[in-house]
Amino acid sequence: MKVLFLALVSALLLGACSEKPQSSGGVKQDAAPFAGTGVAAFTSSDWKPGDKTSWEQKLKARAQYGQNDYTRAN
Amino acid sequence: MARMKFVCDAERCIECNGCVTACKNENEVPWGVNRRRVVTLNDGVPGEKSISVACMHCSDAPCMAVCPVNCFYRTDEGVVLHDKDVCIGCGYCSYACPFGAPQFPSQGTFGVRGKMDKCTFCAGGPEENGSQAEFEKYGRNRLAEGKLPACAEMCSTKALLAGDGDVVADIFRNRVVKRGKGAEVWGWGTAYGTKPAAKGEGVKS
Repeated sequence: MKVLFLALVSALLLGACSEKPQSSGGVKQDAAPFAGTGVAAFTSSDWKPGDKTSWEQKLKARAQYGQNDYTRAN
Repeated sequence: MARMKFVCDAERCIECNGCVTACKNENEVPWGVNRRRVVTLNDGVPGEKSISVACMHCSDAPCMAVCPVNCFYRTDEGVVLHDKDVCIGCGYCSYACPFGAPQFPSQGTFGVRGKMDKCTFCAGGPEENGSQAEFEKYGRNRLAEGKLPACAEMCSTKALLAGDGDVVADIFRNRVVKRGKGAEVWGWGTAYGTKPAAKGEGVKS
């Protein structure tokens, strides 16, 4: 009985020493860029917001034709 | 899957600071913060070279490794972003970054140092795409508009290239072959590694 009482008191006292989990928080979830902004006025043409493949193709084409002056010159 | 990368061609950069201006204008970056800047080596000496430097969105980003509050994350496109609501402005990332990318406004919401600000590859941050909150905290989300970073698109000599790693590497390789010199891509090895890292082996710089 005495042992049980001591264990109960110890559990109550030591319970106060426990630590809150520190792992909560972190970063928020970010929407994928191919989802678009929903603002048509600023969105470039030739791709469909929400379509990942068309977004990737659009960016590849923009990088190639906008930045490769050898392609543009020849 | 596109993996976004920057390349700066030192043979072409003319130190016009158009990239710096484009970045500040597009993202309305406050005074004292330069997400992008042009660094000139051997300034005034014949043969000087200039490079445009910002966050390179490293493959194994040291800023992510040292952040004590884990405010960084990497998108599926390889862009390293951070959450300003989690950042405590400690500055560890600033010491860890080999490119000096993390910036701290002198007047901010967190004492005199402020929360960290850096290049987002014009990909905004962890707020709703295209929202006012995203713009005020992180700047414009051009990637979600189907565009590339303003700095590279504005570059007059196309020294600064941005986009899918395969595409920009191909453009640069083509240039080097045609001109027959200037194959050195400063920062590329540090940011992305010179070879695929073997298991348990660090990335060579």
